[in-house]
Amino acid sequence: MNIVVCVKQVPDTNEVRIDPEKGTLIREGVPSIINPDDKAGIEAALFLKDQLGGKVTILTMGPRQADVALREALAMGADEAILLTDRVFGGADTWATSCTLAGALKKMDFDLVIAGRQAIDGDTAQVGPQIAEHLGIPQVTYVAGLQVEGDRLIIKKQFEDRYHIIEAETPVLLTTISELNQPRYMTMPGIFDAYSCKEVKVWNAESIEDTIDRSNLGLKGSPTRVKKSFTKQAKTSGLVHEVDVEEAVEIIVDKLIEKYII
Amino acid sequence: MSAGVYIFAEQRDGNLQKVALELVAKGRELADRLGQKLVAMLIGYNVSGLPKALIAHGADEVIIVDDEILKEYVTEPYARALCKIIKENDPEIVLYGATAIGRDLAPRLAARIHTGLTADCTSLEIDPNNNLLMTRPAFGGNIMATIVCEQHRPQMATVRPGVMGLPTPDEERKGDIKTIQIDFKNTDMNIRIREIVKENKIKKDIAEAKVLVAGGRGMGDIDNFSLLRELADLLGGEVSSSRAAVDAGWIDQDCQVGQTGKTVRPDLYLACGISGAIQHLVGMEESELIVAINKNATAPIFTVADIGIVGDAKLIIPKLIGAIRARKENTDG
Repeated sequence: MNIVVCVKQVPDTNEVRIDPEKGTLIREGVPSIINPDDKAGIEAALFLKDQLGGKVTILTMGPRQADVALREALAMGADEAILLTDRVFGGADTWATSCTLAGALKKMDFDLVIAGRQAIDGDTAQVGPQIAEHLGIPQVTYVAGLQVEGDRLIIKKQFEDRYHIIEAETPVLLTTISELNQPRYMTMPGIFDAYSCKEVKVWNAESIEDTIDRSNLGLKGSPTRVKKSFTKQAKTSGLVHEVDVEEAVEIIVDKLIEKYII
Repeated sequence: MSAGVYIFAEQRDGNLQKVALELVAKGRELADRLGQKLVAMLIGYNVSGLPKALIAHGADEVIIVDDEILKEYVTEPYARALCKIIKENDPEIVLYGATAIGRDLAPRLAARIHTGLTADCTSLEIDPNNNLLMTRPAFGGNIMATIVCEQHRPQMATVRPGVMGLPTPDEERKGDIKTIQIDFKNTDMNIRIREIVKENKIKKDIAEAKVLVAGGRGMGDIDNFSLLRELADLLGGEVSSSRAAVDAGWIDQDCQVGQTGKTVRPDLYLACGISGAIQHLVGMEESELIVAINKNATAPIFTVADIGIVGDAKLIIPKLIGAIRARKENTDG
């Protein structure tokens, strides 16, 4: 099976802090990682390759430094990687991003496209389904389970209050959630291969000019834009008591009585 | 000229989802501000009993697509139905709940129609130019961003459930109901549902609870966690948790509060052994009264707590249960 996994290199937003004086994000020293939902996608692709054979290609749209994320995926066991990078892609919203990635995918052979459900910086969960629409293939999102049965994929699609077991034929696009699996670690030989015999191809706008409409690229091609961003007002915190257990209980009970909770 | 505020009235198993009514309430506000009508799009099977509630909450019109193929949610049939309605009516704004269904459907439609979509909005306003200002958390909840979609129509957004309020309905309100037919040929797209498994809903939805007793890593183990159940029962509430407790296997994911869990606004949020990572705070900081217990005096949970106790929740909770029980027995006497 020929699988393409779309990944994004993101800052680890669990480590981001707010500067209390300026009210801005402190990004220095925040490590860049493969987006967790995407990593589950890489593992799912490698799992399918283990079962069925075939090829796993990793695709990302990002700055030059995203090369590191691609090398990590290659070291996990992916076969090839493509870095889509170009100044003109910058400032893209999910429409422009999905158009760009779909443009690259139209130049590739694939049976299956996998993307993570959502990135921990953008948090939109929109790019996967939009790629599927541009490619004219079906989508199954929130993939929490994945098996193979003959020429079909058997997928557990998770909702808040239920799940569906779905049969899908390829081509199809899946979006994976990090609960799907435990991604395998890179191996030492894997890391060696990632930097020696495996290739990261670099594509730019010109590479995909026959499969995209230039007016859909980057900030200019984006229907939405950020008008402003801000950090939230910290709720004024109340009193903090360092007391023993008995007094703590008394304070809490008094407050509950005051607020008619008991 | 685009006109009209349209909302996707999400239903499951023929039951209107609460978020659908929240969208009608918010949509009503936006429609009034724009001087335009509010239309609810109801897609499903055997849903003819549902428009009344939508109209009572503020919809001027309900457009129904009722077909057996829509009984259980699959992307393409729903997308086809909504796309037809949107293309024929040219709305100014379309809103969806940011649920598993909304977040699967809305982006597909935005790409089909070629328009902008903003995800998981917590606030919606109209600016002086009559554009929609869509505000939402980003960067894992660390910042808020206000998004605009100036040139493309409709302006679309998915809206976080449990954030927009729900006013009292007016049962006397009148509205129009329109049923339309859609040709669903070739919408299966090689996707077939083999099995539907509904998950344990005997537990009450934490977003409905007036009192939440929440546990985090500081509770230590699953046995201490069960104390929280006892306390919740005494207070007439439910148990919720941080992500850490879910990852540790002490509680189900549907009790998780936070950026990737639920947003809650109970009268009382009692946070026990929860440090208060930003991803958790975004889910509960709007609670009426926040009481937090944590061993660490610098835990970020104390930045949102009305009452903060530096102490060991594992020791305090049993005593708290005893004190409340004693008080109940005295006052019930």
